[in-house]
Amino acid sequence: MRISTPVYCLREALVSLLRNSWLTLASISIVTISLIILGCSLLLVMNIDYLAQQLESKLEISIFLEQDLESEEVRNIGSKIKSTTGVAEVKFVSKEKALEEMKKSLGDRAEILDSLEENPLPDAYRVKAEDANHVPALARSFEELEGVEMVRYGKGVVEKLLALTHWLRAAGFTLLGVLGLAAVFLIATTIRMSVFARRREISIMKLLGATNWYIRAPFLMEGLIMGLIGAVLAAGAVNLGYFALVNKVGQSLPFITLVTGEDVLVRVSGLLLALGFFIGIFGSFISIHRFLADKKT
Amino acid sequence: MIHFYNVTKIYDNGVKALSDVSLRIRKGDFVFLVGPSGAGKSTLMKMIYREELPTRGQVMFNGRNIARMRSREIPYLRRKIGMVFQDFRLLPQKTVAENVSFALEVTGASRKYIRKAVPAVLQRVGMLDKADCYPAQISGGEQQRVGIARAIVNNPLLILADEPTGNLDPETAKDIMDLFNSINRSGTTIIMATHAWDIVESMKRRVIRISNGKIISDEESGVYGFAY
Repeated sequence: MRISTPVYCLREALVSLLRNSWLTLASISIVTISLIILGCSLLLVMNIDYLAQQLESKLEISIFLEQDLESEEVRNIGSKIKSTTGVAEVKFVSKEKALEEMKKSLGDRAEILDSLEENPLPDAYRVKAEDANHVPALARSFEELEGVEMVRYGKGVVEKLLALTHWLRAAGFTLLGVLGLAAVFLIATTIRMSVFARRREISIMKLLGATNWYIRAPFLMEGLIMGLIGAVLAAGAVNLGYFALVNKVGQSLPFITLVTGEDVLVRVSGLLLALGFFIGIFGSFISIHRFLADKKT
Repeated sequence: MIHFYNVTKIYDNGVKALSDVSLRIRKGDFVFLVGPSGAGKSTLMKMIYREELPTRGQVMFNGRNIARMRSREIPYLRRKIGMVFQDFRLLPQKTVAENVSFALEVTGASRKYIRKAVPAVLQRVGMLDKADCYPAQISGGEQQRVGIARAIVNNPLLILADEPTGNLDPETAKDIMDLFNSINRSGTTIIMATHAWDIVESMKRRVIRISNGKIISDEESGVYGFAY
């Protein structure tokens, strides 16, 4: 089997793409749109997973004490907490320390704290439970202690986040499936048009002894070009969008940490390109396959 | 070189195009297939280049059983067969030279070989001076010369010509027949389906008459007229 030269393929493919320019445009757009949606849902799921992970690792109970307690009282509460069964570790965070930590996490923007006349933060105990399942019960018992202003823990949030990623993943993949099929279908239609426009040429090629691969190659190239252009556009949009988002969030919502690092975007882009490749090849293959099928063999 | 053994062809729509046809064509033969439209001439030729499969019976070409051939072998079978059609089947957007070189390109011939072979074959059919014309710019007879050039540029073992003079005036038809004659003299087997009885009579070649899917006569250097 001898395959036609790349130059020949490329020329024929480009001519066909230009001839059906509207359909080509529609096909490329739908590939782009479906891959952008895929890219976004992937990044979203990755971030929520990351967030949930972070929260889970920090799963501890924060017990904020009332302001203006005597240090005696503070110590008292501390020993009560320590003696509660199921408590693994207790750490005291004084209001001064809490302010310092906040300054550290704000980084460059720490000067907004300088304007405070006094420290608004309460003293607190941070408790790690022996078993995460006991966290809600422990939290409730700490709430009843005298001198305790408020008890916080991240349990519900974590569960909700995990449920959300599950749901998002399902929705993202369903949407991708539907749009992916639409993309394959549109590419198949475009290819069918160009096969139809060249049906006479194809029938002559068959009579002259061209192999099916020789006939197929330009059409596969055509599908491939559409799929890859769509994928490149989608990858570009997702990259730029995410980059902008990371910047924006970093500026205005510094306490949210997004998954960053170039390898994340490289991986996502690589996946988008691979899918675009696959969609293009698959779309054109089904169109030509039906046309070239040798009868009764 | 070609053997038909009890070949019957019934199309999917129930039409019986060939009925128990057996025949043998030797290398170097020049054979006319004659008979009314729909008699089965085209079906018989399509069996040889595997456009159609026999419903029953066997077709042998060049030592191969064509019905048993795998579909990926078909292109290589067709490269051994040159085809000439009544409607020429040239590509209108390609020039004369491009139409001919197309036949070589699809077989993966080298550029160097194509550059050499195309002018030579155009010279042989007398179309070298019109190499850069488009099919629409030349006459029917000239288009058929290009069609013949395309059929022989691969040096086929066999030429199948389906009504090659059907669209041409008698004078031009005679020139085309001379061309086929000279191709045959250089050793290529030719099978030609035609209605043109005057041509058949003047050529004094083997004539196979087909009617209703059956061979009703097969004569060496026969004449065509009386059955009509």
